[in-house]
Amino acid sequence: MTISVEEAYETAGMILFHNFDIRAVTLGVNLKDLAHPDHLRLAEACRRRLSDLGSRLVREAGEVSEALGLPIVNKRLSITPASWLIEPCPEERAPLYLAQALDQAASEAGVDFIGGFGALVHKAATRADQRLMESLPQALGQTSRLCGFLNLASTAAGMNLDAIARLGHILKDMAAAAPLGIACAKFVAFANAPEDNPFMAGAFHGAGEGDCALNVGISGPGVVRAVVAKHPDCDLTTLSDVIRRTVFKITRAGEMVGRELARRLGVSFGVVDISLAPTTMIGDSVGRILEAMGLERVGAPGTTAALALLIDAVKRGGAMASGHVGGLSGTFIPVSEDLAMIEAVECGALTLEKLEAMTAVCSVGLDMFAVPGDTPAHALAALIADELAIGMVGNKTTGVRVIPAPGLKAGQAVDFGGLLGRAPVMALNPFSGEKFIARGGRLPAPIGALRN
Amino acid sequence: MERERVFVVVIGTDQKGIIARVSTLLFEHGANIEDVQQKVMDGTFVMTMLADVSGCKVGLSGLRQGLEEVGAAMGLTVMVHNESVVKAMHRV
Repeated sequence: MTISVEEAYETAGMILFHNFDIRAVTLGVNLKDLAHPDHLRLAEACRRRLSDLGSRLVREAGEVSEALGLPIVNKRLSITPASWLIEPCPEERAPLYLAQALDQAASEAGVDFIGGFGALVHKAATRADQRLMESLPQALGQTSRLCGFLNLASTAAGMNLDAIARLGHILKDMAAAAPLGIACAKFVAFANAPEDNPFMAGAFHGAGEGDCALNVGISGPGVVRAVVAKHPDCDLTTLSDVIRRTVFKITRAGEMVGRELARRLGVSFGVVDISLAPTTMIGDSVGRILEAMGLERVGAPGTTAALALLIDAVKRGGAMASGHVGGLSGTFIPVSEDLAMIEAVECGALTLEKLEAMTAVCSVGLDMFAVPGDTPAHALAALIADELAIGMVGNKTTGVRVIPAPGLKAGQAVDFGGLLGRAPVMALNPFSGEKFIARGGRLPAPIGALRN
Repeated sequence: MERERVFVVVIGTDQKGIIARVSTLLFEHGANIEDVQQKVMDGTFVMTMLADVSGCKVGLSGLRQGLEEVGAAMGLTVMVHNESVVKAMHRV
């Protein structure tokens, strides 16, 4: 059946007027075979492989974008969790040498970020995991494109409170390691981290992956906002249907880009991550979608329900469009990267507690928000424990990307510029959970995890 | 040679010579126009041309650049999408 002028215009208009793009193509790369006791040899081998593959990714992504007429914004690499690579290295500073090599590879290849400098410590940490954790402030503070993560909880294993308590202190050091605390913007603490997530800062190439996999993150908050705004009076069932149909279309485009790029690179196509990912560009906002649904501001009563409807509709449309939906596939609600979220915090509509409630129905967690620079380590740890408990019990991914903004108080703002945006510093509940965090140990897995 | 078709989408204000200039450029670059549609939507003039660009002499990037220049000269926006993308989005 012929494509109508309306349909061709709809596709063009999504890109032209509503910022529809392929947000990220992320090539996951296995590096396990490069693990070596000589840390210099390990670092150099990783640099070479990633520089080569990353260069090919950038080149081919440009050609696919040109051939299909769809913008591909970010080209990224993700790797085997770095703590596995340094297992055989006796050198204490091995993680730092590796971090520099990874950053150099990203720079040589021209990819904007490289993810996977992290460890899976949800049950317990190995010695290599501990070394990597301790290296995070320096590693992320001294590099520009490297991203780190820790998986600290899972539904199956429970939550590693010892590691979370330690992370509170590490985050303080990380905030001091680079201007504006920007190293913290390149680090995520996860529960149930997905192994094929194409989005930063939490991307890594997990244990169940092959040598290479190409994962795609699509993005269309602007497109969804526009279609919601076109239906100001319909009931919520109809609105869900409208969103679902739109997401179906953008997911199909994302899948096509992913398959074509994977074919040209000669690697497996992994997943399409259907997360709605906002940017600070006007209109490209998840918060504005919620407001277009009928909320005066994000954070108003009804926000969690509206977000639940949105994410369900996104999943329905995405799952119909692609057989390989994966990664996070939720709705991103980063504070600093979404104009409506920034405004909502600044006018008092959105508090940290409400943001946490919202993350119970979206899949990403407390993302890109700032807290006062003098927040104690135990409070950061407790904040993370709360958020990861939502993921652990809810059998879903949650993450925390928090910036203790150096020298700033609640009500002030830290401006990172570019994609990372501007984070208003949010007030923290002043009462303490220090003794709870100091108990340490492992929070048992929820009884609901016993499914076999 | 495998057929490669694109949708050329022209958006802006209706005026004389749009079809003539766009189709002339496509002809000069070795593309074959297979379908033309136009309509005014939400007060905006929209024209689409489905063109076989398999024999295009300057490659898709050269063709896109040429079309964008023609559009800019007339105050129009021109987008070029591979047919496969548009079909994937609108057909199951």
